[in-house]
Amino acid sequence: MMTPSRRRKARIAETTARMLLGSMALIVVGIALFVVGYIVYRGAGALDWQFLTDVPRNRGREGGIFPVVIGTVWVVGGTAAFALPVGILAGVYLSEYAPKGFATRAVRLAITNMAGVPSIVYGLFGLAAFVLLAGIGRSILAAALTLACMTLPVVITATEEALRQIPQDLRQASLALGATKFRMIRTVVLPAAAPGIITGSILGLARAAGETAPILFTGAVFQMRRIPDSPLSQFMALPYHIYTQVTSVPEWNPDLVWGTALVLVGGVSLVSVAAATWRAFQRRKIAW
Amino acid sequence: MVTLAAADARAHGAPVAAEQEDLPAEGSFSLRDVSVAYGRDRVIEGVSMDIPPHAVTALIGPSGCGKSTLLRCLNRMNDELGNVRVGGHITLDGQDITGKAIDPVDLRMRVGQVFQRPNPFPMTIFDNVVYGPRTQGIRGRDELQALVEESLRSAALWEEVKKSLKKHAFELSGGQQQRLCIARALATKPEVILMDEPASALDPISTQQIEDTIASLKDDVTIVIVTHNMQQAARISDRTAFMLRESLEEPAHLIEVGETRKMFTNPDDARTESYITGRFG
Ligand SMILES: Nc1ncnc2c1ncn2[C@@H]1O[C@H](COP(=O)(O)OP(=O)(O)OP(=O)(O)O)[C@@H](O)[C@H]1O
Ligand SMILES: [Mg+2]
Repeated sequence: MMTPSRRRKARIAETTARMLLGSMALIVVGIALFVVGYIVYRGAGALDWQFLTDVPRNRGREGGIFPVVIGTVWVVGGTAAFALPVGILAGVYLSEYAPKGFATRAVRLAITNMAGVPSIVYGLFGLAAFVLLAGIGRSILAAALTLACMTLPVVITATEEALRQIPQDLRQASLALGATKFRMIRTVVLPAAAPGIITGSILGLARAAGETAPILFTGAVFQMRRIPDSPLSQFMALPYHIYTQVTSVPEWNPDLVWGTALVLVGGVSLVSVAAATWRAFQRRKIAW
Repeated sequence: MVTLAAADARAHGAPVAAEQEDLPAEGSFSLRDVSVAYGRDRVIEGVSMDIPPHAVTALIGPSGCGKSTLLRCLNRMNDELGNVRVGGHITLDGQDITGKAIDPVDLRMRVGQVFQRPNPFPMTIFDNVVYGPRTQGIRGRDELQALVEESLRSAALWEEVKKSLKKHAFELSGGQQQRLCIARALATKPEVILMDEPASALDPISTQQIEDTIASLKDDVTIVIVTHNMQQAARISDRTAFMLRESLEEPAHLIEVGETRKMFTNPDDARTESYITGRFG
């Protein structure tokens, strides 16, 4: 039996812990709300139809950001086209097929390290490997490949993580019915893991959408009137547009720059929320 | 209904049996000196027994004595665990099923398994049942439909779900899910069904239903069932095998195997008697 004084101490510790943890959580929520709120507050004024559909004028001080948005959509689409298939298949291999030995551990370690490489280093690598060595030139393609390298570890890890969540019971049930391993993965494991793989991948792509450094040397340009029309054309992109406005345009227009930031954050959030909603919907269908 | 479907299934299976000349496909195992080791841990050794066709054989013994391990030898599910070595000879209807002699994928279409915890796939009831047949390449809608009805009837689930085959399997109760898993195993028309404590996660009524299902199935398939419930073994099995691991340094052995009635009334080995009467294990 606890003595009354020990019980009182325990209660005080409990209350203190709860208040401390709660206040930290509150601080995090506060910071998030402040960041988002401030971007909306500064950027909402610039958001109108013309801003979204016009080309930048007067070096970006006036006009809109239509080619900038399109450039980002192109390059993120290209990134997805490379990173998703390669990353998901590699993740499936690592999680389901790879022998559990030294080599696999080494590969995993390499992937973890890949995730820790600074994005500017990816930019430099992209310039050397894709733009110069492969001779693709500064283009959407080169930038997408560079961003794909950066996004790959995220997709691989998300895939492995999602596959790990699938109960062994289900795999055994499939194998015991005479399914081959590949059929088991295709018909049972992947469908069940899809929501997790997709949300994880979208987080990786969202980060790619907001990166400046990897596209800096590989294809993003400061000013371009026309819409990019092929994977080999150069492009404008939202994060790079913000960067160049602030660093290279004297008397830049803060309203338009904050508006650009809002479009970037809004677009990424929109996709994330759509994915989360879809996932919640899937969850209701499949709950272990 | 159940018996009708059962008789039908047997008629269905008969021509297949006739085709294989001297080896009728009836689902009888013969184990000779079977041993299993996980890495350096020798778990089972020297198990020799025959499992007769169209009968229920119960595997009993204390926890950790290797019942599940032995069961997994019969459909090669041990292959899926790394680091496991199986020795000795096992034949199914006279055909060697160890080593490279047979593709485990083919074997598992003939030897189905029902697990301890109900494990339906996250799909509709219909898709669960036809998973095995589809794996075998059966695509015809009518054929699949017929298989679903037949299998669900044999598993005594048809009346409860016939109007909701498109419902998600997870919406069923635990007992219904387990009967769905039995139906799913039946749909590939196996010769044998292995059951590893199929009712241990279920309530008494669901357990009763599973036991009734097992009783009605043995006309069609051979059943090997692991159970911790002595009354259950006595109720449903024709033959019983008792395994025991007497110390952790030693692997488990088969102590005694025979007619269930004899095992439970007049066992040859004193250890069998102690276990059955609950004196150890
Ligand atoms: N995958 C595995 N890897 C290593 N050892 C294992 C594995 N599976 C089982 N074992 C060991 O083999 C022995 C027998 O296990 P098994 O699961 O076959 O026993 P069991 O008779 O089915 O027990 P229970 O009645 O508790 O289910 C145990 O000592 C266990 O620790
Ligand atoms: Mg077991």
